[in-house]
Order: sequence, then C-alpha cells, then structure tokens
Amino acid sequence: MNPGLAVITDRTLTYQQKVAGLARVGEATESPLAISAEIQRYRDLGAICDLYEGAAPYRPRYLVPDYELFMRQGSEFLGLPPPRDIWEATASLLILYRHVPSITTFPVYLGDIDALLQPFVKDEAEARKAIGLFLLQIDRTINDSFCHADIGPDETVAGRLILELTREQKNAVPNLTLKYDPDRTPDGFATLAASAALDVAKPSFANHRMFKREFEAMGFPDYAIASCYNGLPKGGGACTLVRINLARVAPLAKSLDDFRNRVLPDVVARQLQYMDERVRFLVKESGFFEASFLVKEGLVRADRFSAMFGLVGLAEAVNTFAGGKRFGKNDEADALGLAIIASIDAMVAAHRTPLLAANGGHYIMHAQVGIDDDQGVSPGCRIPIGDEPELPEHILRAAPFHKYFPSGIGDVFAFEPTAKANPRHLLDIARGALASGLRYFSAYASDADVVRITGYLVKRSEIAKLNRGEASLQGTTVFGRNAVNNLGVLDRRLRS
Amino acid sequence: MTDTVVRGNVVRSNVAKILPFSAVDGPGNRAVVFLQGCDFDCRYCHNPETRAACIHCGICVAVCPAGALSTAPAPEQAAAPAFPYGIRVDWDPTRCTACGACIAACPHDSSPKTMDMSPAEVLAAIERYRPFLSGITVSGGECGLQPEFLEALLVASRAAGLPGLVDTNGSTDYSRLPGLVEAAEGFMLDVKAWDEAEHRTLTGASNQTVIENLRFLATAGKLYEARTVVAPGQFDAPLTVRNVSAILVSSGSAARYKLIRFRPQGVRAAWRDLPQPTDALMEELATIARGAGVKEVIIV
Repeated sequence: MNPGLAVITDRTLTYQQKVAGLARVGEATESPLAISAEIQRYRDLGAICDLYEGAAPYRPRYLVPDYELFMRQGSEFLGLPPPRDIWEATASLLILYRHVPSITTFPVYLGDIDALLQPFVKDEAEARKAIGLFLLQIDRTINDSFCHADIGPDETVAGRLILELTREQKNAVPNLTLKYDPDRTPDGFATLAASAALDVAKPSFANHRMFKREFEAMGFPDYAIASCYNGLPKGGGACTLVRINLARVAPLAKSLDDFRNRVLPDVVARQLQYMDERVRFLVKESGFFEASFLVKEGLVRADRFSAMFGLVGLAEAVNTFAGGKRFGKNDEADALGLAIIASIDAMVAAHRTPLLAANGGHYIMHAQVGIDDDQGVSPGCRIPIGDEPELPEHILRAAPFHKYFPSGIGDVFAFEPTAKANPRHLLDIARGALASGLRYFSAYASDADVVRITGYLVKRSEIAKLNRGEASLQGTTVFGRNAVNNLGVLDRRLRS
Repeated sequence: MTDTVVRGNVVRSNVAKILPFSAVDGPGNRAVVFLQGCDFDCRYCHNPETRAACIHCGICVAVCPAGALSTAPAPEQAAAPAFPYGIRVDWDPTRCTACGACIAACPHDSSPKTMDMSPAEVLAAIERYRPFLSGITVSGGECGLQPEFLEALLVASRAAGLPGLVDTNGSTDYSRLPGLVEAAEGFMLDVKAWDEAEHRTLTGASNQTVIENLRFLATAGKLYEARTVVAPGQFDAPLTVRNVSAILVSSGSAARYKLIRFRPQGVRAAWRDLPQPTDALMEELATIARGAGVKEVIIV
C-alpha cells in the first residue's frame, strides 16, 4: 500500500494523527537537501539518524518561545492584548500554544508556567479552577508526550497548585520539570514534587544551577527544559537534532584504536556536515525565520537557535571493546565510556557553523533517549536495563557523563510503591544526585499508570488500548508501546 | 576523624551490614548500620542471621559458589572462645555475589560476612553517599547490646552532619545511658507484645525493660517511632496497641506508631508459615491507636 493510503486507512489513528502523518508523507516527496554519499551510507547503516525529522525542514525541530515576553506584550498577529487576570492568562497561553510549531506539530515547551501564572493568582480557589482547566485542556488537545512545562526553582502558589493538580489529574501531558536549586527551592515544595513523581511519574528534577551557569556561559539569558529533557535557550530553540548511534558505529571498526582514531572521527565529521546542511536549508531556504509571527514579534529570535548533536548507545559501544567488562558495572569500562564522550565533545566543540550566531556557531551535545524502533540500543549514556547496579552506585557511575550534555541527558529510576510513604527519601536521593553532578533525575513508582518510557510519559492504560486495536488520544502512545517491547522499559530495576 | 577511645580501647563493633540507602528506617533517605547480635529470639525475625556471633565453624565455606569464603588458622593470641574450632573464616567482599547460600547454611543464626569496624570506619564506608542522606539509623541484631560503640558512632555521625536514629528492641535500659540518649536524634522502639507471658513466648525474653523504655523515651521526647509487628495468633495485638497508644498519648510524645504486617521473607522455616494479618485487622488496630489519640499511625 502506498504510504499515504496506509495512513488514511489506519484504524488506530485519530483524525489529527492522520493529518500529521499525511504531512510527513507529503514532506518526504521533496528532497532539497544535499546529502553526500558518505553521509547517506551512514544513514543507511543507522550510524547517523535524523529521527524522522523530515526531508525538507520547514520549522526548527524545537521552539522555546519567550512566553514571559508574550505575557507582557500580547500578540499583534493573534490580536491578543496582554492578559489581565488568571482566565485571560490561561486562555492567552492556550491560544498561543496552538500556533507554536515543532517536529511533533505540537509545542514541545509550554513555558515556566508557574512563574507565568503566579502574577494572576489572586484568589486561590479561582486559580485552582483556572489552572486545573488549563492543564486539562493541555492534556486533551496537545496530545503529544513531548509537550513539556517547567516550574521552579522558587515556590509559588501557582507552582504548588500545578503540582497538586498534576497529582490529582494523573495525565501524561504535559511532561513536567522542577528546576531545582538547593538555595532557592524550599524542602516542602520539593517534597511535594517528589510525592507527585511517585504518583504520576512527574515532575523530574533538573539541576538548575548547572543549566543556568552553562547557558549563561554560552551567552543565553535563560534556559528551559523542553520535549524529553532537552536543555535549550529560552527565546530560541534547536534547528535540528541528529544522532550518532554508537552501537551501530562500533561494529564498523576493526579494533578499539580503529574505532577511536578512524571510524568515530569520520562519523562525527559526517554528522556535523549533515547537521550543517539541515540548518542551511532551514535558515536560508525554508523561510521560517522570515515568515513566522513568532520571530517577527520577538517570541523567538534567530540568534538564539542552536542545534543538538545527539548520540545513543554508548553502553553497547563500550561493551563491544571492553573485553567482557560491562559498562555501568566496571570502572575500566566506564572510563572508556568517558574517554569516548570526551573525544566526541572535543570534535563537536571544534566545529562552527557560520549560519548560527548562537553559542558562537557551536552545536550543543545531547544524550538522545532513542527512538521506538531501536533494538538493543541504550539511550544516550545510560546503563542498560538489566545491567543496572545498586541505586547509589548507579547514580555515582552515571553522574560523570552529565556535564558533557547541556542540551540534555537524564537517568530514570523506578521505585517500589512503598517509597510513596516516604517522599522525603526520594527528595534526598534526587538532591544527592544533583549535588553529585547529575543534570536531570527522573523517578516513578512501579504501580503508576503514567510511566516514563525513556524521557517522555505514556499511560499504560493507553498502551493497552493500542494493543486492543483501538486508537489512543496521544500519537506518542505507539512509541511507548514499541519501547516497552524493544527496550524493556517496564523491566527497570526496582529500588526499595 | 579519630576513633573514640573508651577506657583505653578503641571502641569497635561487629557490623552485620551497611545499607547505604533506605526508605523505611526513619525520615528521608538513611544509611542503615546493622550491628551483629541480638538477645531476643523472635519467631518472626526476618534477619535471623544477625542474631549470633560467628563461631568460625567453617560450615558455610563449602557452600559458597563464588569462592568468597576461606579458612585460615585461628590467630594465636585470640581468645579461645572466639575460635572454638581453631580456624578463622574469612570473607572476600569483592568475590561475594550476595547469593545468600552461606546464611542459609549457617546452623547458628549467624553470618560469615560481619565486619569488625570502628565508628570512623563505619562513617568512612558511607562517606561517598553523604550528599544523599538525611542521617543514619543504627539497627541490628540489637544495637543496644553495644552501648559504648553505639554512643561513639552516634557522636561521630552527628559531628559529620548525619544525625543518628536508634532502631532497638528496647532490652537495654536507656535511662541509665544519658550520653547515648543525648547523642541520638531519636529512637525507634519495637513493642512486640504487651503481655509479659506472650512476649516471653514470642521472643524468649521479658518485656519489662521494653515498656520502661517506652515510657522513658516517650516522656523524654526522644521517641521517633513505636512499632508493633502484627502476627495473628502470636499475641494479643489489640491489647498491645491500646496500651502502647495510651503511653504515647499520656506522655505527650509526638512519636508515630507504625503497625507492621508479618511477612514471611527471611523468616526461619519453622515460623515462615505463620498467618499474615488481614487488611481489616490492620485497620482495626490503626483505629484503636487513632481512637486513643495517636496522631500519626502508619500501616506497612
């Protein structure tokens, strides 16, 4: 069957999912990118992968609008004055979300929603109702698991209401991050966040000090967490994300020396070329930066767009060369992993594109969580499911990798349901993890319906619908189902 | 850090195990230090291998599939009772896979894996986990049987920024140990049965000191948690819960009362099949405690 007709006749897709699917089929009929034979060879081998980003990029992969600016100025294009109360504030944001593109067709960043709404919280009961409806509408209409909202690091009434409502509603969308700073985030607020995480697998804890320091050093005024756990400049975003699959690269080498000195540098160079070409088309030819009202009104700025240099499958590559020693279990294997990452980091840092002003034209490293048809490929630098050491050991072994990935890396931990009786326990662990150098920490309890797949959230009950041949509200449920089958994400080691 | 010296000797203890992270041994995440040796013989004991000191009989060495156990001649200057078989059993933690075969084979309620440690050595062992911890909990076995070590560990741990809770069966009279009580952040006290005869049958020991400790610690504001393991048919649980609750309330204690379901995990074969309590029974007991005025009652 031709791809268009396959989408049209699929009984497990909603109307909206078919429209998005047909758009992808349409985009694939164009091939305006100049892709060299060398790059194409790596793409065919799965060594380099653009994550189905499309053959003709017509919007940046991830947009991180400056919603604070929008709240101050409204939007001329949308005919919206600045909001004056909690109802106008939530309505304005929901209207704008409809017009924020991304790779998923939905917004991947909703704003630091506590700070955006707090100025409008006058009466708590009214705010609870307004924010409750706001969150409900997000889940039911931005039906995509890569939609992400941030809260913190400071405690606000709005932030507390968001956590309480998140726990009550038990929805998969939006994904939620608490920007955690030990000097600013009060224990009570953070404990509420930990408690919510054990009930509904969110929020995750982001290392606010680390992100803030690094993004300021790159010349950005602020950062946000978007999509899975992607650290991105606020008021901009990422043009593209392409990844190296180290698990597929390793078999191309004759030895570890060959891998490090010949194969890996070549793949990295090709991926950088491929990213340059995707950026070129988007910036020079697609017209996005000339046409979008988001750009014209300053909600995103071209000089705040970078691109993400992704990688997956470090564990499998290390295990190929470590002579029986296992990544995540053995110090020498881990040291090899760190050396590989450090060398990739150096090669990426040495590259500049003249097309992007942000970060001096340098791309930002990203430990990608994988895609649903990956088999036997561990996300980013994660220790494979099944090889996970004891929790303290696991965290301390994972932490040294996190500093290399300002545009995102994270570890996920599954807890026994008994942990719910002591959310402070989880907070202590999250806090210790961040203090030990972890950038991003996620946890969930093993009995929750909402479960973190790799970086995004899916409901087990929605996976069950797909398995019965029914449609699921979120198009991303299918990713979750395949990851459960291919990566065993429900078999993560349980922590008591 | 220097080791605490008591009467000219560095205080050391036989440590059964150190668990770096625990969710169930006090508030927050805590490292738990289990001391070897217990004076109670509870039927439902779920870690009977912590009850007795190892006598180095060597039975476990043959069953270890990982080659982590070996024997050596007993040290010459050692006191004879410590090595009655003339040999010493050595454990190599780097080879141990924690399969449990040695503990299953031990006929003496002990383990070859205990470690002779000073307080400073205990703290050094958990140093790398410090950013993750709210404190430590000293448990057992029965940690109250080694009061000098316990106090020294609590003092050193507090100085290192890790307040220490004491998880105890209450057989040691804490009113006679003011230094230890002062050094502890709080106590978690098991009251296994209120009735003296039932307590003797269940544990092989009297509960008189336990109940005195309950009153003393509750009144002194040092009780963090009272606990009762509910094993139907083994003792009068409603009577126990009623009386423990009455003492918590009358003493003005802020302690919570944790009611714990009997579970067979780790229990010796003779008692593994004891019936488990129903949810209804646990709720009934919680209702008694709440009705008596205990503010925080937890069922686990």
